[in-house]
Amino acid sequence: MLRLQNINKYFARNTPDERRALKNLTFTVEDGDFITIVGSNGAGKTTLLNIVSGSYLPDTGRVILAGKDVTQLPAYRRAKYMGRVFQNTFQGTASSLTLEENFAIAFRKGKPRGLRLAINDPMRQKFREKLTEVGLGLEERLRDRVGLLSGGQRQAVALLMATIGDPKLLLLDEHTANLDPKTAKKILELSETLIREEQLTALMITHDLEDALNFGNRTLMMDEGEIVLDISGEERKRLTIAELLDRFSERRHKKFATDRVLLSSDR
Amino acid sequence: MVYSVQEGLLFAILALGVFITFRCLNFPDLTVDGSFPMGAAVFAFMAHSGFGPVYGIIVAIIGGALAGLFTGFLHTFSKIPALLSGILTMICLYSINLRIMGRPNISLSEFLGHRTVFTILRDTFTGYPEMYLRLTFLLGLIIFLKVMLDMFLHTEIGLAIRATGDNETLVEAQGINPDRIKLIGISVSNALVALCGAMFAQFQGFVDINMGIGMVIAGLASVIVGEVLLRGRTIFVITIQVILGAIVYRMATAIALNWGYHIGFKPFDLKLFTGLLVIIILSFPVFKAKLRRVR
Repeated sequence: MLRLQNINKYFARNTPDERRALKNLTFTVEDGDFITIVGSNGAGKTTLLNIVSGSYLPDTGRVILAGKDVTQLPAYRRAKYMGRVFQNTFQGTASSLTLEENFAIAFRKGKPRGLRLAINDPMRQKFREKLTEVGLGLEERLRDRVGLLSGGQRQAVALLMATIGDPKLLLLDEHTANLDPKTAKKILELSETLIREEQLTALMITHDLEDALNFGNRTLMMDEGEIVLDISGEERKRLTIAELLDRFSERRHKKFATDRVLLSSDR
Repeated sequence: MVYSVQEGLLFAILALGVFITFRCLNFPDLTVDGSFPMGAAVFAFMAHSGFGPVYGIIVAIIGGALAGLFTGFLHTFSKIPALLSGILTMICLYSINLRIMGRPNISLSEFLGHRTVFTILRDTFTGYPEMYLRLTFLLGLIIFLKVMLDMFLHTEIGLAIRATGDNETLVEAQGINPDRIKLIGISVSNALVALCGAMFAQFQGFVDINMGIGMVIAGLASVIVGEVLLRGRTIFVITIQVILGAIVYRMATAIALNWGYHIGFKPFDLKLFTGLLVIIILSFPVFKAKLRRVR
């Protein structure tokens, strides 16, 4: 489905501030995988997703998506294969446009855009159905601007937009981090439902180790631009958070620590 | 007053163009100061070459679109910042416009056999007062353009233009090439600006190489005066608000000219007036926030 080969990514290359964000990263995502990714700040999680989406081009290495080398393809030319939801709840939608206008933009993903009117009634009907399924009462607000919605509602809209038009891959970049716990749970469940129903392959970054182990079928742990742990199958089912942290310290000879991770793993 | 309403309706064409770049695309496009006289220059050139006004207008529109395309390429292909791209095109156009015109000013005179849409109008509807003929024609034209623009901004491409100005990351993630969308938006905007230039040339009967100076700010002034008057949420209302803004702005300048001479206001002070108007309206929210904090 997706293969990254020897990916290196530098920031501020050839300056005193040079930072190597990804180090010889190689890994393969199988069809139907739902991978959760954890790691402290600066581990390279978001950089990894940016390489997959095409927002960044790698300095070395290759990105192979569905058997095609897409390493040099800009983001907009890979878009039809994937949907993406961001941590910032304003990033996944255009807030000055209405709900139905946002959907209409997602609706034409991967298809040429011309001078047809962007929205028609059958489309509206379809949007309404999709929103009714989510059950946030958004189906009555199709003509409201997205900027008026709450963060959780915007994230739900962004999720739906990301999964319209049959993408193969869903990229979730800490998409519940800025939401209150209750809303976060709802959005996370919605994500899982969509992934299951649409049979998507998904990469989800999270800072919540519990979520990382409870959701999906495979967990990657990253540190300083490398994948340190890659756990799946029976081994993952039995793993506890404490064991996960122990295995990290064993490998890296240091504690896995960010405030956020510690706080959430205390529960 | 009727005259300044006419002028307002005419310059509303330019304001709609400025609205596309500044508000929809979030691209502060200064090409306008060059593409406005370009539209006028092209029209004058066509008229002097013996073509009727419709041809002159069409070629002017194409010229404006090309000017916009050039700015767009500077920005998207050469990665030159938006403001600089516009200024570069503007300065290039100064020479190009002089080339087109052959001299710094040209008059469009009936004695030389130059026809304009306004002379045609007068000759077709004899017996009606010319002032109101012009007014009706300009009103019809701006309503037509408004409806066309409203429709355009609701098409797939139009929606992409508005989304690009709002959130470029999203637009890319939805498979749209934002560069292509910017090229289209800036071209359409400058096509409108050049159309306005061609109409204004006919309206005042002559073309001057310097007629573009300050046109971006005049357009922007119309857009933000409109925003003060109405707070539209839908495109339908927002385009009305831009047109109203253009009319009110022209009336304000007319008032400044007519009554301002008591306090020593001269025509050449108009640019200062416009600049200050824009500055005051743009600074207003800051002062309001400061005042609220003091209280």
